[in-house]
Amino acid sequence: MTAGSDGLSPFKAMKLRRHPALEFWYDAKARAILLQSAFVVAFVALAIFAFIDVRANMEARGIATDLSFLGKVAGFDINQSLIPYSAASTYGRAFVVGLLNTLLVAAVSLALATVLGFIVGFARLSKNWIVGQTAMAYVEAIRNVPLLLQLLFWYNAVLKPLPSPKQSLPLPFGMFLNNRGLFAPAPVFEAGAVWLVAALCVSLLAAVAMRLTPKRIKFATPSRAFFSGVAAALLLVLPLAAFVGAGTPVAFVQPELKGFNFVGGVRLLPEFVALVLGLSLYTAAFIAEIVRAGVEAVPRGQREAAAAIGLDRADADRLVIAPQAMRLIVPLLTSQYLNLIKNSSLAVFIGYPDLVQVFAGTVLNQTGAAVQVIFITMAVYLAISLVASLAMNLYGRRFALVER
Amino acid sequence: MFKMNVVRTLFALGLMIGCAQGAQASLLDQVQKRGFLICGSNPGVPGFGLPDDKGGWTGFDVDFCRAVAAAIFNDPTKVKFIALSAKDRFTALQSGEVDLLSRNTTWTLSRETGQGFLFAGISYYDGQGFLVRKKLNLSSALELSGASICVQQGTTTELNLADFFRGNNMKYEPVNFANAEEAVRAYEGGRCDAYTTDASGLYVERQRLTDPEDSVVLPEIISKEPLGPAVRQGDDEWFNLVKWTLYALVNAEELGVNAKNVDEKAKSDRPEVRRLLGFEGNFGEGLGLGADWAYRIVKHVGNYGEIFDRNLGEGSPLKIKRGINALWTKGGLQYAPPIR
Repeated sequence: MTAGSDGLSPFKAMKLRRHPALEFWYDAKARAILLQSAFVVAFVALAIFAFIDVRANMEARGIATDLSFLGKVAGFDINQSLIPYSAASTYGRAFVVGLLNTLLVAAVSLALATVLGFIVGFARLSKNWIVGQTAMAYVEAIRNVPLLLQLLFWYNAVLKPLPSPKQSLPLPFGMFLNNRGLFAPAPVFEAGAVWLVAALCVSLLAAVAMRLTPKRIKFATPSRAFFSGVAAALLLVLPLAAFVGAGTPVAFVQPELKGFNFVGGVRLLPEFVALVLGLSLYTAAFIAEIVRAGVEAVPRGQREAAAAIGLDRADADRLVIAPQAMRLIVPLLTSQYLNLIKNSSLAVFIGYPDLVQVFAGTVLNQTGAAVQVIFITMAVYLAISLVASLAMNLYGRRFALVER
Repeated sequence: MFKMNVVRTLFALGLMIGCAQGAQASLLDQVQKRGFLICGSNPGVPGFGLPDDKGGWTGFDVDFCRAVAAAIFNDPTKVKFIALSAKDRFTALQSGEVDLLSRNTTWTLSRETGQGFLFAGISYYDGQGFLVRKKLNLSSALELSGASICVQQGTTTELNLADFFRGNNMKYEPVNFANAEEAVRAYEGGRCDAYTTDASGLYVERQRLTDPEDSVVLPEIISKEPLGPAVRQGDDEWFNLVKWTLYALVNAEELGVNAKNVDEKAKSDRPEVRRLLGFEGNFGEGLGLGADWAYRIVKHVGNYGEIFDRNLGEGSPLKIKRGINALWTKGGLQYAPPIR
């Protein structure tokens, strides 16, 4: 108070007595650079010290500190692998198997969660009372129960009581369901299948080309519906024609009960199904709320304005409401996607061989390289999340406000 | 589980940074100063390590920790048990979270050369087997080709399983779980045709099934599983103390010294008994303990045979036979170097 009485703060009072050699200290910019570089130097020094010290201490205790373990033979088996893998493969390959399994379960769950989330979100906005209330009940029930419990529920309460392989439930199209998973016929491509693949590629390219056709050319043609019709026909008719023309070159291998289990065909592990169900149903509830919030946040006046310029309801939704809603939805959606990717590590509780289960579990334990394994695992999740977030940001740019 | 591992690893890092320079107090000094032993134990395998309804711990591996505590503190209750799953146990021992790991852990070469542990001896000779449902009508593990098999991850079991099927040119599907409990639940729920672990564990888990009579243990033992207590490398005094606690237990049984007659035996003229109980020579000194170290162990916890009978053998619901775990004088493998 005394300092304030003569109109000077204590700081300013000090400033009066500043030393000429310390002049730079009073330049805010120079001070900021100095302090920040000091901090960086201290941080890097601490990190280097920690690294050297941990290494020395681990070596003193006879614990390996390098990554050579990745090249050693793993000696254990994994029950789901997207690449060839056996007990004679290396720990490094086991890491790749776990990583791919994580990416697989995350990708499938992301797609399902998005579709379901948007459906439920729109259902919540529905004017139909029953539809709206059902969607709300779903959101509230799913959102408020811990994900781990839901996973255990799907795994133990829903999939375990399925019949044993000998009493499998037959499903349409030669599929079977039992407590070892879902078995479906596997397609086997014969020589003529080249034509089918070629036809698929051609029609896909054509459809993409049409999508990319400039608007001014499109609007010269009768209607948008006509264009969509042509695209759909291309996608359907051409491959079908090739399929028949080449003499139905795709055969199916039926799963057969042999000994303990079904052999042949494609198989979905119950652990995979439980994990996908749990993750996508859980995340869909959050996405539904985001979608609802995004749509409701668009001012009512926008719809009225769209009606005023003669757009029908569907065009108003597509051209006016959706772009504005998406601008709000995409960033929130990104964080749900990141949550889902990280939550997939709960796989370890229901025995699905994901990255954490295989690498941070078995590999860590068999090699004892705890520090290396945990750091690699954390770095991998960080990288996956950063890539996902980058992709979503690029996508979100489409809806950014364009200032003219 | 992942979170726990991250926490443990960070803890280990912190600890390794912490104990940076200079000579560290020996682990025995640290334990004595702390006033109790910290022992890594099984989270729940009846007979080996199991917390009871009163928060106390019982079991074969638990009693070994009590024997070490009795040798140091003359009080078998001065132990804090930390429940560790197979997956978490090594990180916990590496990081110094526990002084001693006594949790049916298999002694292997790589665990000593790559992970920085030393095994103090073999307290239980075990081997891996299979538990299957009776209605499958199997008589041998060689008939398991194509089967789904539940297994606890992070164990030698997982590796032996792969070896066995690879060696016999058979196919199988492993279903890995972080805990034995989840693996057994999956077996019981029909997810797997067989559950595999060490034979001792199979008998224990079978007892815990809703209907133990529905399952049988197949006759094959597919591996050697020498189980024993493990310590960190770098403290020879502590390693010796743990090792000789085990030998004292076995020697006591061989010499017929048990918890009931130990005071009476103090009057014995047999030189081996007098050396064991500390009346001739002072062998405890070299271990950093008093002359009566082995007397304290036997007085409070009993000898090897008593611990076995009480937890696993005739005195327990498991009724496991001594088999190869009998003393060498009775046709088994339990043999301890002499105290002299």
